[in-house]
Amino acid sequence: MCIAVPMQIKNIKGNSAVVEFEGAKKKVRLDIIDQQPEIGDYVIIHAGFAIHRIDEEEAKKTLRYLEEITAETYETFE
Amino acid sequence: MKHLSEYRNKDMAQKLVSAIRALSNTPVRLMEVCGSHTVSIFRHGIRQMLPKTVKLVSGPGCPVCVTAGAEIDRAVMLAGYKDVIITTFGDMIRIPGSSSSLQKERAMGADIRMVYSSFDALKTACENPGKKIVFLAIGFETTAPAIAATILEAKRMELNNFFILAAHKLLPPALTALLNLDRINIQGFIYPGHVTTIIGTSSYEMIAGKYGIPGVVCGFEPVDILETILMLIRQIEKGKSKVEIQYKRGVTATGNPRAMEILNQVFTTCDSCWRGLGLMPESGLTLREEYKSFAAEDYFDLTVPTAKDHRDCQCGEVICGNKTPVECKLYRKVCSPVSPMGPCMVSTEGTCAAYYKYNN
Ligand code: SF4
Repeated sequence: MCIAVPMQIKNIKGNSAVVEFEGAKKKVRLDIIDQQPEIGDYVIIHAGFAIHRIDEEEAKKTLRYLEEITAETYETFE
Repeated sequence: MKHLSEYRNKDMAQKLVSAIRALSNTPVRLMEVCGSHTVSIFRHGIRQMLPKTVKLVSGPGCPVCVTAGAEIDRAVMLAGYKDVIITTFGDMIRIPGSSSSLQKERAMGADIRMVYSSFDALKTACENPGKKIVFLAIGFETTAPAIAATILEAKRMELNNFFILAAHKLLPPALTALLNLDRINIQGFIYPGHVTTIIGTSSYEMIAGKYGIPGVVCGFEPVDILETILMLIRQIEKGKSKVEIQYKRGVTATGNPRAMEILNQVFTTCDSCWRGLGLMPESGLTLREEYKSFAAEDYFDLTVPTAKDHRDCQCGEVICGNKTPVECKLYRKVCSPVSPMGPCMVSTEGTCAAYYKYNN
């Protein structure tokens, strides 16, 4: 039930925003989001509310790290 | 970046599995405490990928499954009031109460509507001024701030036909209660991504310190889950018990202070009854005095007799990770998603429903 998905902000009007994921658009509330998002940002949506603005830099770091550790694994164990 | 498909990379998943295999010596039981993790683990066949030393068990991670029988009975009673429209998240309507369910009540004419958001319930209240609209407020810390924001809006709009039946549950008290049971055997926690988005990691620090159990806050895609397991195994093999965050794109250690502030403005903690775990102090939420006019239980008489769960239903044991659904004698024979006997079979995120769908 705590399912929540990353969606991209397309439009902001006061306390609500239009978000999109793979062509599907939704109107969501911004009352409880941690940081005010801007158009183009990805936010995590749960039950009609944005709960978190995704830090793009942090996401890139995770992916780079994953690539590194899996590369290491590959050399060591295969 | 879509922040989703990147974490479904098969090649990366396979490499993580070999790293886990290479590192894991000690047999461990790791508990996931989020229904969305349970479903993702089953859907991607993660249990089968892991070495024999690593067992995954599901904990009390689905708010629908831990909703107490009495809470369902109260909702059913509410459905009997003539001028009431009940609004709720989908899964709730099929949970069997002591003698009926919301689904049965709806078939007999009660006005029960499924909504995607608590704001839709508010809209229903605006559109139906002659009716009383009650929203069944269930969910963990992920959901509670949204409901709190809805109450603030209802107050601003001076709505007097909107109510909530609050049955929220808080995760950290349940984990502590679980760890205080002597029959529990868990060496690591896979912590829920989105609950932590709101509450941050401080309560897990307490658990790691007091019980010596490591935990990693985990995302929802297969690569997220495998990386989390690797991080846990690494800690366990080194004898560490730290709290780490794997799901950094969705979670910070401090959580979401704005959401917590709104939650605390509207709600205060109360004792709450969980299915399987019983009454636990300070494990639920109730409306603060200033917002009591929105409390359905104060406006309507909702006194119900002690709830009766199905005698043979093992949901309580399943929720604690002590039994698998297969050990319940009703599983598949009498109890199935089409005719569920307990909440763990109702919710798509319930352990019994996940077993039914993916574990033949
Ligand atoms: S199989 Fe059905 S009756 Fe058995 S524990 Fe699960 S939900 Fe309860």
